[in-house]
Amino acid sequence: MQPESNPKSLFDKLWESHLVQAQSESTPAIIYIDLHLVHEVTSPQGFDLLREKGIAVRRGERTLATLDHSTPTLPAGDDGQRPYITPQAQRQVQTLRDNCHEFGIELHDWDSPSRGIVHVMGPELGATQPGMTIVCGDSHTSTHGAFGALAFGIGTTEVGHVLAKQCLLQNKSKSMRINVDGKLAEDVTAKDLALTIIQYLGMNGGTGFVIEYAGEAIRKLDMESRMTLCNLTIEAGARAGMIAPDQTTIDYLRGRAKVPQGEAFEQAAERWLQLASDPQANFDSEITLDGSAMRPTITYGTDPGMSVAIGEPVPQPANATQEKALQYMGFDGGQLMSERKVDVVFIGSCTNGRISDLRAAADVLRGRSVADHVRMLVVPGSENIRVQAEKEGLHEIITAAGAEWRLPGCSMCIAMNGDMVPTGKTAVSTSNRNFEGRQGAGSRTLLASPETAAASAVLGRVAGVSDLEAMQEMG
Amino acid sequence: MQAFTKLSGPVLVLEQENIDTDQIIPARFLTATDFDGIGEHAFADWRADTNGELIPGHRLNQANARHCPILVGGHNFGCGSSREHAPHALMGFGFRVVISSQIADIFRSNSQNVGLLPVVLEPDQHAVLLQMDGEEISVDLEQCEGTVQAADGTKQSWAFSIDPFARHCLLRGLDRFDFLKQADDAIAAYENQR
Repeated sequence: MQPESNPKSLFDKLWESHLVQAQSESTPAIIYIDLHLVHEVTSPQGFDLLREKGIAVRRGERTLATLDHSTPTLPAGDDGQRPYITPQAQRQVQTLRDNCHEFGIELHDWDSPSRGIVHVMGPELGATQPGMTIVCGDSHTSTHGAFGALAFGIGTTEVGHVLAKQCLLQNKSKSMRINVDGKLAEDVTAKDLALTIIQYLGMNGGTGFVIEYAGEAIRKLDMESRMTLCNLTIEAGARAGMIAPDQTTIDYLRGRAKVPQGEAFEQAAERWLQLASDPQANFDSEITLDGSAMRPTITYGTDPGMSVAIGEPVPQPANATQEKALQYMGFDGGQLMSERKVDVVFIGSCTNGRISDLRAAADVLRGRSVADHVRMLVVPGSENIRVQAEKEGLHEIITAAGAEWRLPGCSMCIAMNGDMVPTGKTAVSTSNRNFEGRQGAGSRTLLASPETAAASAVLGRVAGVSDLEAMQEMG
Repeated sequence: MQAFTKLSGPVLVLEQENIDTDQIIPARFLTATDFDGIGEHAFADWRADTNGELIPGHRLNQANARHCPILVGGHNFGCGSSREHAPHALMGFGFRVVISSQIADIFRSNSQNVGLLPVVLEPDQHAVLLQMDGEEISVDLEQCEGTVQAADGTKQSWAFSIDPFARHCLLRGLDRFDFLKQADDAIAAYENQR
């Protein structure tokens, strides 16, 4: 076979097919945006731009809004009032409601059976589709790249641009391909894979790049695992992560509310399968990692790149940054992770708040109890997931173990809504950021998979599922 | 957007690496629906203890902190969340320029959109600036050059590079939206040919 004359990567194909105006020496490209996701925190000033300039939303049908960040995860009280943390948080939600009404945007409000965290809801509805450009005023928009979309976070000024013109000014990023060869061990999840990759790249190793994930271990991931991996791409500094659409992608999307139905879907699927990078496509950087060597992983520091395998000791600090991180976290170099007492466990977020995550946590909790000194919060990523979990009885396993079962939202991941880790306390969280104060001022966050988080909740200290099983065998 | 051409003033150094946008503006201050007054909360958890008392010795609480228009931060400044509140908070605090040896992608584009000049320097030049807390330097966007004048009158300059369109807009105080607005016909044509 002749080599193709102009082989293109998935990223190249998406970029070129969305060019409204090409980049020049002195001006950025204008790219078209297929789907704009909106939430209450980063949109109000974007809508203000429209009002200031007296313009309408250009493509209301390409815009989809939800309530997630500032929303309480406890139900309304007897008075029918939802327990917002402040009147200002409630006003922010009302502002989004007003803006969506004024500008004709589909909002998934409290009464919507599809309301959820923005990056959980989009894929669930099938609004997220291969070949799309997707933006949102939220850095974890990279999640949608799991479908072979070019998806990335933008600022509020740009939210205004997209509302007004359905377009964005962009310079093309560099491209990186990360191949993960081999087979992941049975106890290694997408979270462990992602944390291992971030540790390899460092939290800024992806800056300036769009990353495509490829290789045997990636192809074998189900869609929810792919979303977890792409979600965490921003934690290595890359704006977008993506995976070429394949049969797994097609099977996930078939029949969802917003995808084409019947024959139209099969035609779309055929197009989507053409998006994969051409065999000879060029990347500015290419890395290959051995998936079979990866292990269940947990962070110990204050950026997601500072992680170790669960049974390992905390590394000795090699520089001032690591020293400061260990000091903040209350760790000594050389200390075993498993010695760390855990106060709070959080399962949820756009990273790990999907049904497979809740099932994994419930599997660990079934017939066991959360340690007395641990507060555990389980927050489904969407209403659909909440309902599905309750249908499967997962909430009963979770509450019987002593954990709290909440309503969908970002909750303790960003700690804007009152769900917080107290000062100085240690949380094992399935979320995405362990920055200083991320889960509340003075909070200490260890990022891990739902399995690890649940096992740690039971033992009251950092533990993997295998530790739990070993303890049980010992009786 | 306010134009930026040239500015001189004292430098405030925060040498920590990986200063993320959660540090610049903690999430609990994001429930407002405008950016008014957000500068008062910049680095809130660095400037105050957990009881909300200002920490007197902190660099950001020193008398001249809010009169330093140039922030020099450690490597990989502005990583993390896409919140545009971060550059707004820095500007509200008093900064017009952020200098580092690496600046995160989304923070950089947000800064350019709101009129905060992001400057990326080579590591050796950055290292020199990290040692210059409180000293006066000038930043010239027209020449893409930073200059420090030593006590003996000798001058040392560094060149920096910036995206040409960002420079164009910042120099003239142009709203990037105006460029997008001119593309109406191209956008319509794109939509029609799909």
